[in-house]
Amino acid sequence: MVVNCEHVWREISNYLDKQVDPETRVAMEAHFKECKHCTAVLDGTRNVVQLYGDDRLFELPAGFSQRLQRRLAQQTSSSRYGSARTFWMLTAAAAAALLVGGLTLGNSPVFRQPELRSEHAQPPHHIPPALMVALSTDGKVFHVPGCKYLHKRDGESPQLMTAADALKEGYVPCPRCLRQYLSVRVECPRIHPDSEVARKRGEAPSIAPGL
Amino acid sequence: MGGMPERANTNVNTAELVDNRERDLLRRVQAGEKEHFYELVKPYERRVYTAALAVLRNEAEAEDAAQEAILKALTHIRQFRAEARFSTWLIQIAVNEALMRRRKAHSEILEPIGERQEEDGNYTPRDFADWREIPSEVLERKEIRQKLAGAVAALAEKYREVFVLRDVQHLSIEETAEALGISRASVKTRLLRARLMLRDLLAPGFGGAWFGRLPFEKGNKPW
Repeated sequence: MVVNCEHVWREISNYLDKQVDPETRVAMEAHFKECKHCTAVLDGTRNVVQLYGDDRLFELPAGFSQRLQRRLAQQTSSSRYGSARTFWMLTAAAAAALLVGGLTLGNSPVFRQPELRSEHAQPPHHIPPALMVALSTDGKVFHVPGCKYLHKRDGESPQLMTAADALKEGYVPCPRCLRQYLSVRVECPRIHPDSEVARKRGEAPSIAPGL
Repeated sequence: MGGMPERANTNVNTAELVDNRERDLLRRVQAGEKEHFYELVKPYERRVYTAALAVLRNEAEAEDAAQEAILKALTHIRQFRAEARFSTWLIQIAVNEALMRRRKAHSEILEPIGERQEEDGNYTPRDFADWREIPSEVLERKEIRQKLAGAVAALAEKYREVFVLRDVQHLSIEETAEALGISRASVKTRLLRARLMLRDLLAPGFGGAWFGRLPFEKGNKPW
């Protein structure tokens, strides 16, 4: 194998890096023995590789290491501060999430307790509008006339009116004598069992005997 | 007779010690002991800076890019895998950082040497001046170092990058190709061009023009 100058120049870098096949290497070495131009190119190129491969060639700018250490210290401390800040932010977020979750769960129908309301505040259902009721003189409650819980002044007859008018004026049914008209069942054993039949007939329920 | 093998063994042992120390430091930094990171990068500061300088050609820019690259390496230290060399990983980050900055800057004032060269064309050495072996002591002279740095800075960036990574940083052809995102064939072609262009730039000076006041001038050359 014989190589010319152009072939040598093309492969001279690979030759220096020992990246040419043995046959080409032998041919190139034979060429260098005869061609002083190519030998000059080889020497010069080898010098380039050796000079630039020397650690002394490129120096760090003065103070480079100090400035780098300062920046590293800043980054390390800021990342620590950032970690602490992230921890507290996450803690606060978790607490807020727990609070919102608790409130949401507490308000859900699954866990909602019946509201504690006065028995007297229960709205009546299906109370006959024409039913004559006696108004209490002590509070806004109306009763079946004769109810033992009817408050009245001594010697005075209770004021009577229809249930519809009493409701309009803001009176509420007595939870004892008119319990069957309340949405919340109120234990009142004194109500006579027949009162349900009377209610269906649109009559005032009777008070149990002896009450 | 037995001196050389003994010295070679000493070198191997020293290299092993350095590798073990680096591995230990890496493990500690990756475990969160970030205060040891500077110890880890200290041996490679100059190489990281030179890699950035090769791309940016401006010392202040190169310093900033090199330091930013080292900070990024600290941030992503857990992503480093032991199958690569730590120095190569660090230099690749520096090259990427410098390339990114250069893309942003778009600042090429002078057309660099070789910019218009076709990559697949042949390069003909211009100067056949005799530039025989030179003593490494010339690098002690600051003006010579400046001439060499100026010559490499004058190369077109595609040649400069390959040359610096390969011949200054001593990366392999594969590592250079990976760092720059180019093929191995391109690395070889660009490296050949860069070496020959630098030889053309430097041969006249090293052939005598720069050494008028050297003690070995006028027939006193030590080689």
